[in-house]
Amino acid sequence: MDLGLSETQELLKNSARDFLENESPEQLVRDMEEDDAGYSPELWSKMAEQGWQGLLVPEEHGGAGFDFLDLCVLLEEFGRALVPGPFMSTVLGGAVPIMSIGSDAQKAEFLPRIASGDVIFTLALTEPSARFDEEGVQAEATVSGDEVTFNGTKLFVPDANVADYMVVVGRSGNGVTLGIVATDQPGVEVTQLQTIARDKQAEVKLNGATGQLLGTDGGGWAALEPVLNRYTVAECAYLVGLAQMDFEISVDYAKERVQFGRPIGSFQAIQHKCADMVTDVDGSRFIMYKAAWSLATDQPGDDTQMSVNMAKAWCSEATRRVVAHGQQIHGGIGFTKDYKIQLYFRRQKRAELAFGDADYHRELVAQQLGI
Amino acid sequence: MDWSDSPDQATFRDEVATFIKTRLPARYQEGEDGDEGFTGGWQADRKSDDATARDTAVSWADALAEKGWVAPHWPKEYGGAGLSVMEQFIYNQEMAKAAAPSVGGMGVSLLGPTMIVHGSDEQKAEHLPRVLSGEVAWAQGYSEPSAGSDLASLQTRATRDGDDFVINGQKIWTSGAQYADWLFALVRTEPDAPKHRGISFIVMDITTPGITVRPIVDMGWNEPFNETFFEDVRVPAANIVGEENRGWYVGMTLLDFERSGISGAISYERNIDRLLDYAKSEEGNKHVRQDWRTLRHEVAERHLEVGVLFNFAFRIVSMQNSGMVPNYEASVNKMFGSEIHQRLSRTGTKVFGLYANVWQEDGPHAPMKSEFTRDYVGSVPHTIFSGSSEIQRNVIATRGLGLPRG
Repeated sequence: MDLGLSETQELLKNSARDFLENESPEQLVRDMEEDDAGYSPELWSKMAEQGWQGLLVPEEHGGAGFDFLDLCVLLEEFGRALVPGPFMSTVLGGAVPIMSIGSDAQKAEFLPRIASGDVIFTLALTEPSARFDEEGVQAEATVSGDEVTFNGTKLFVPDANVADYMVVVGRSGNGVTLGIVATDQPGVEVTQLQTIARDKQAEVKLNGATGQLLGTDGGGWAALEPVLNRYTVAECAYLVGLAQMDFEISVDYAKERVQFGRPIGSFQAIQHKCADMVTDVDGSRFIMYKAAWSLATDQPGDDTQMSVNMAKAWCSEATRRVVAHGQQIHGGIGFTKDYKIQLYFRRQKRAELAFGDADYHRELVAQQLGI
Repeated sequence: MDWSDSPDQATFRDEVATFIKTRLPARYQEGEDGDEGFTGGWQADRKSDDATARDTAVSWADALAEKGWVAPHWPKEYGGAGLSVMEQFIYNQEMAKAAAPSVGGMGVSLLGPTMIVHGSDEQKAEHLPRVLSGEVAWAQGYSEPSAGSDLASLQTRATRDGDDFVINGQKIWTSGAQYADWLFALVRTEPDAPKHRGISFIVMDITTPGITVRPIVDMGWNEPFNETFFEDVRVPAANIVGEENRGWYVGMTLLDFERSGISGAISYERNIDRLLDYAKSEEGNKHVRQDWRTLRHEVAERHLEVGVLFNFAFRIVSMQNSGMVPNYEASVNKMFGSEIHQRLSRTGTKVFGLYANVWQEDGPHAPMKSEFTRDYVGSVPHTIFSGSSEIQRNVIATRGLGLPRG
C-alpha cells in the first residue's frame, strides 16, 4: 500500500504544472470563454508535442503508453489551470473507446492522429432526456455492414463545435450501437449552447449521419461502460485540481486581506472554513485515485464500479463545498468578473454535473449496498 | 499508487489474522470494540469482579506477549516487536477487523513510548517490563477543570521539598484511573515561568497517600473517567521524566504522535454493514421504521465518508512509511473520524424510528441491543476529547495551512 506518486508521475505532474502555468494562463482561460472555437490551436499542438493527447495511446500507435492513473495525475493539473479546449473529449471520448473496442484498422487510422494532435474527437452520448444510463440512449442507429447511420438528437455534447469526429451512441434493433462519425457531413447539425462554465457544449442533430461501426451491432453499452467509468473518474481528477487551486487562492487571500486591523485568516470563522476545504480537497483526491487505481489495475468489477460511483458522488459534492467556501472567504470581490475565483466556481458546476452529480452516484452506491 | 498489499505485507497480514483467529479468547470474539484508550475493555476486565473476565484479560495478554505483540510499536530492545510502520498498521487493521481489544492500555500506547524517548535508564528498567507483563496499568492526568483545550494553563502544583515534590491540585477526565496502578501527570513546577515552560512530567503510584480518585458518571450512565484529587502528595523527585520544567514537550511527544485512526474506519464500516444486514433481516424488519428506505442516500453518504476516512488513514501510514512526518494530516483524521462517528450513530437511530428510544440491551424491543442509541450518546465526547474538533481545525489552519494565529 502506498498513496504516493511514482517518480514518473511526479515528473509528469511537475512538468505539466510548469507548462500550463506558462501556456494556459488566466488570460487564455478568459479569452477562450469569449472565443467561438473555445480552444487555442497553438496550445493544442504544443500539448501534442508534450505527448499528452497520446498519453494513453500505445507506443505502436504513436502514443506514450502510460496508464489511466498517470492520465489522472495530468488531469489534476488541467483542473488546476482550467485548461480550455477539447482535451478530455478527445482522449476520453475518442482515444479510450477506440483503444478498447476499435478494430485494428480503426486503431491504425485514428490513434496516431489523435496522439499527434491532428484530430479532435468527442463523445455524443446524452440526449434531451439528459440521462446517463442505457435507457437514455434513443437516437436511432441503422447498421449496414461496417457502416452505421444515425438519426436523432444529442444534447450537451462537449466540443462538438470543433470536433472532427464524434463517437456517437445510438440504438439499433439489437441494442446500443456505436459509430465513429465525421462531423463534416450534411447530416450533422451543431448548435452551440451558452453554458455556466462558458465551455462549448452543443445540441447535435443527426439526420442520416453516417460513419464507421465501432464495436458490434448491439454491443455498444457493454463496451461503453468501462469508457464511461474512466471519463467519470477523469472528471473527478479535473475537479480535484480545480478545488485544490480554489483552496490555495482562498488561503492566500485570507492571509493578505486585512479587516479589523488583522488578516481575516487569523479569525477562527475563516480558519475553520479553510480546514474544511483542505479536508474536502484531500478526501476527494484519494477517493478519486482509489477509483483510478481500480480501473488502471483492473480490480474486480464490483469493487471497481463501487469505487467509481463513490468517487463521483464524493468529488461532486465535496468540491462544491470547497468552491462555495472560496467565494465566501473572498467576500464581495469574489463575485466580480475580474477576480479569478469565479472562474473556478462556474467550472466546478459543469464537472459536478458531468456523468451524474452526487445524488445520481449516491443512488448507485445505495443500490450496490443493497438498500 | 497502490491500495493492495505487497507480498511481504500480505504474508504478515496472514500471520496476524491467523494468530487472532486461533488465540483470541471466546469472550472477545463477539465483543464490540473496546473504546481504545478511553474506557479500555482490557483495562477494566483485569480489575473486574468477574473471575472469567480477569482470566480472559490475562490469557489474551499472555498470548500477545508470546509474539511480542503487547507493544508492537516499541523497539525490540525494550520488549516491543519493533514492527515497521507498515507492519504496525497491518497489525492494527487486523486487530480492529476482529474487534480484538488491545492490551496494556495507556501504559503501552502513551507512557511507554514517552519513557523510551525521555526516561532515564532506571525509569525504563523499573516501568517498561511491568507495562509489558500487564502487571501495572497506567492512567493519564493532563486535563484540569480550568485547563481543557487550553491545557498549558494547568495549575496542579508540585513544590520541591528535599528529595520529593509535594503535589496539590486536581485533575479531571483521568480515563480509567479507577482501574489504574500508576499515573503519569503534567504538573506545574515553576509558577513564574511562561505557561509552557513551568510544567513537569511526573509519574506516581496511584495509591500514594493524598490521591483520591472519584469516578464521574457520564450521560450514558458509564464511568469511563474520573476526577483525581491531590492533597499533599509526596512523590520522589526522581519520578520526573525528562527535564524538570520541560514536561510540556515531554507530554506532547505523543499527542503529536500521528495515529492513523484505522481502527475507527474499520469499526464504522462494520457498523454500517451490520446495520444494513439487520435492517434487511426478518427480525430487523420489526424494528426499522416503515419508510427507512427513504434514508438510502443518507446511509450511502455514511459509506462514502468511511471510504474517505480509510484513505486518510492510508495516507498517514503511507507518508510515515516513506519517511515523511505528517503535519496537519493527523488532525484531519481525528476531526473527520469523530464527526463521522456522530453522524453514523445518528443515521442508525433514524433507521429505527421510535425504537431508537430504547436504551436497554435486552428484551423484544431493543434493535441490535440498542447499540446505535447508546452510540448516539456515547459518541458525543469524541469531538471533544484528545483535542476538540475546533482545536483540530485551528491546528489544521495554523500549523497546516500557515494562517496567522488569532
